[in-house]
Amino acid sequence: MPQKKGRGTLRVVDGKLDILVNINGKAVAMKVAPGEYLLDALRREGYKGVKKGCDGGDCGTCTILLDDKPALSCMMFAAQAHGRRVTTIEGLGTPNQPHPIQQAFADVGAVQCGFCIPGMVLVTKALLDEDPDPDEGAVRRALDGNLCRCTGYVKQVEGALLAARRLRKPQGAKK
Amino acid sequence: MSVSDKREFTVVNHRVEKIDALALACGTAQFTDDLDIRGLLTGRILFSPHAHARIKSIDTRAAKKVPGVLAVLTHEDLPRVRHTTAGQGYPEPSPYDTLVLSEKARYVGDRIAAVAAETPEAAEEALSKIQVDYEVLPAVFDTMKAIQEGAPVIHDEADSKNIPDAQHNICAKFDFEVKESEWFSEAEVVVDQWYKTQWAQHCALEPHVTVTYFDGDGRLVIRTSTQVPFHARRITARVLQLPLKSIRVIKPRIGGGFGSKQEVLLEPICAALTLATKRPVKIEFSRKETFVSSRTRHPFVLRLKTGAKKDGTITDAHMEVYCDNGAYGAHSLTVMMCSGSHTLPMYQAKNSRFIGRSVYTNLPVGGAYRGFGATQGFFAWESQMDMMAEKLGLDPIEFRKKNYIRSGEGSPVFKAMGEGREGIEQKIGSCGMDECISQGLAAFRWEEKKKRNAKQTGVKRRGVGCACLMQGSGIPEVDMAAAFLKMNEDGSFNLHMGATDLGTGSDTVLAQIAAEVLGVTAKDMIVLSSDTDLTPFDVGAYASSTTFISGNAVKKAALHAREQILKIAAKILDEKPEDIDLKDGKAVGRSGRSCALAEVANTAFYYHDQHQIMGVASHIAQSSPPPFAAHFAEVEVDTETGQVTILDYVSTVDCGTAINPALAEGQNDGAVLNGLSYALTEEMRFSPSGAMLNASFRNYKIFSAADAPPFKTILIPTYEADGPFGAKSVSEIGINGPQPAIANAIYNAVGVRLFNPPFTPEKVLAAIRAKK
Repeated sequence: MPQKKGRGTLRVVDGKLDILVNINGKAVAMKVAPGEYLLDALRREGYKGVKKGCDGGDCGTCTILLDDKPALSCMMFAAQAHGRRVTTIEGLGTPNQPHPIQQAFADVGAVQCGFCIPGMVLVTKALLDEDPDPDEGAVRRALDGNLCRCTGYVKQVEGALLAARRLRKPQGAKK
Repeated sequence: MSVSDKREFTVVNHRVEKIDALALACGTAQFTDDLDIRGLLTGRILFSPHAHARIKSIDTRAAKKVPGVLAVLTHEDLPRVRHTTAGQGYPEPSPYDTLVLSEKARYVGDRIAAVAAETPEAAEEALSKIQVDYEVLPAVFDTMKAIQEGAPVIHDEADSKNIPDAQHNICAKFDFEVKESEWFSEAEVVVDQWYKTQWAQHCALEPHVTVTYFDGDGRLVIRTSTQVPFHARRITARVLQLPLKSIRVIKPRIGGGFGSKQEVLLEPICAALTLATKRPVKIEFSRKETFVSSRTRHPFVLRLKTGAKKDGTITDAHMEVYCDNGAYGAHSLTVMMCSGSHTLPMYQAKNSRFIGRSVYTNLPVGGAYRGFGATQGFFAWESQMDMMAEKLGLDPIEFRKKNYIRSGEGSPVFKAMGEGREGIEQKIGSCGMDECISQGLAAFRWEEKKKRNAKQTGVKRRGVGCACLMQGSGIPEVDMAAAFLKMNEDGSFNLHMGATDLGTGSDTVLAQIAAEVLGVTAKDMIVLSSDTDLTPFDVGAYASSTTFISGNAVKKAALHAREQILKIAAKILDEKPEDIDLKDGKAVGRSGRSCALAEVANTAFYYHDQHQIMGVASHIAQSSPPPFAAHFAEVEVDTETGQVTILDYVSTVDCGTAINPALAEGQNDGAVLNGLSYALTEEMRFSPSGAMLNASFRNYKIFSAADAPPFKTILIPTYEADGPFGAKSVSEIGINGPQPAIANAIYNAVGVRLFNPPFTPEKVLAAIRAKK
């Protein structure tokens, strides 16, 4: 199937659409129902780090990066991701090789239940890609769509700022 | 000094990385719904659209014919076992007034029927085809009207148990009085005030979710987002009339609970669908269902009538509470009692009286919620303290200082009021309240702010307010926790415990306690918690009990293993066991010679006194040492719009030794921010027919990162002799402060006092106008 940027022509065969999405750097072919949301499709495909907290675009736990920009996967159809780049939390790092943002969140104690954290990490990633040196206000505005009930956001903001500092410094340097 | 009493720590009291933090941050940690289970069915529940209605008949024939539907259940298909959904110790001090599927709808959102189907769409369609013939009954939505003569009787069935006065919708009652002199005979100043708090919801980001299936041996596995795995097993077994041994409950990672998951809500119904279909079933609440049909914070109507002498001595405390439990009596007695048992001992009055009633109404069901009644009680108490101070002409902080309970003091309330039963006598051990206040005042710059705010003339007025708080640490002589650990050849340990980490970090905190005893790092602990097949019993995560009670169990289990390690090491090092210490993963003798713990383990496995080194222990507490806290708020009130903006907020908390300061701060930060939005915005609103109007995060406002005002947590270290390495609880207390501290700050700013949170612009403006 040709990989086209944007909305190529998709045909429904046996009630399903064949879509091709670049997920975490890999081309993934998926069969999805026309009305299926990207959140459900991603979770079915095994990307369980994408969480369902409200299914209504209010909480941010289902956040992914769509062509490097934060997007709510519960608010878009899977078919809309056809031909586009999706980054889920699984695309950033692993517990043995975490991304600096993930490590910073762990270091400052920003992770309590952790249900909101994948979304917050991805939002932080998008922010730091655009602005490597954000102030606290910019971090808070970026995280505004990601609700958390455990932490009061204190340590997540701290974690994002710490990650920014580390990412600005050469590899290996801490703090 | 023995290892048990040490005050210099290598692991405890350190900011150790939470052991599951990276897995959670990388999205690899598994929550209940993160397993792919072949053949998993979707379970869905049909909820009542009526606030009060008798079900005349249910026709499920059309629903059963929907393609892909495998089961449709109603109350007729399940054993008729009255129970409480409250996940409390046995016997639960809540009325047995609930059926898994109701035959009478008691609120909009009550559980009527359940379906299991191959797809969510088929399940939805089946729900829409269930025909229920309701006889709609008059409903009552007001707490005080529900207990009046002639109000609709919500629980009129003969087989309900432990309802003290079903005819008057009273699901729990408790009275207590201790009197040294005639009431108010010594009082020179009296304040008599009513308060009313609102409905609120926990808003854990992970909705309630349960998956049930039969394992290869035909045993029923319940994988569930719960705070109480052992109570979930017991209650599910009883309700479905299954042998307890046929059930295994597994708690994976949990996406927050805050009390809402101290409830056995989905487990029995999901299990019933698996029993009916012989297939794995998942039930996951939507966000709307979580708001309406899980559990809420009980709204309270409270009256405080208090008296004091002119010198500031409190003489009398009359406390009267009406706790609205909604349609069922979950936690009705205990939440109601904790509104008094955690507040009345705080300020020592000669005459103390508590009159408590929990009341049924046709609204969603109250349950455990962080703070557990103390939140509602402290709103009234700490508002009242400011009103008393003003009437006495005293500084509100000096007035509190004169009266609060000190180290070494007891209270008749401790003995009279336990949780659902008589309490225990106890004297306060550690109390850091003096430091909480002095350090809080300094960090907040109280005097400076007061001075700056002294002469204000503009539209926007600033004010400061404070609140002092206490809570408990577990339920003494009720809550039991157990743990065991075994040593591996590399000197690591498997730590198995019933304790339930619902995102709080208790797995880490408990690993730190064990590691401290055994001279290793927290990373040398492989933690497995909350699996009823694999871990010993624990009552679960509630009542601020885990660090204090489970922590003591883990500490004792580690000491038990340590004893065995020392004996083997003594043989290896040719020294006496009492001369050996464990540190840095080694056993170190008095001579300075040492051997690695790996060698100790191998020696025990293969060479000397061959056995598996393992420690086992249980713990039950004889006390419930209160943590203490002081909160300080500065607000700005717009007198033209009524908008309240929090400018600064400082909370100090004495939790004894913070086992992990970063996690302890995180507990308090989260509790405080929850309290702040509970004070200003959060409120479940209902239509005149009892349907919730704002069941979404869009319409029920919890604070986001950008909404959060500047606020700061300061830990005040003390040492609690009864706690593991000096620790007390920390998780709940922080939520009790914001409502009264902000109410007091609003009064300080604009001279109006609000008794009916949340303090919305409409209410504040109306109060300002009424004053003019």
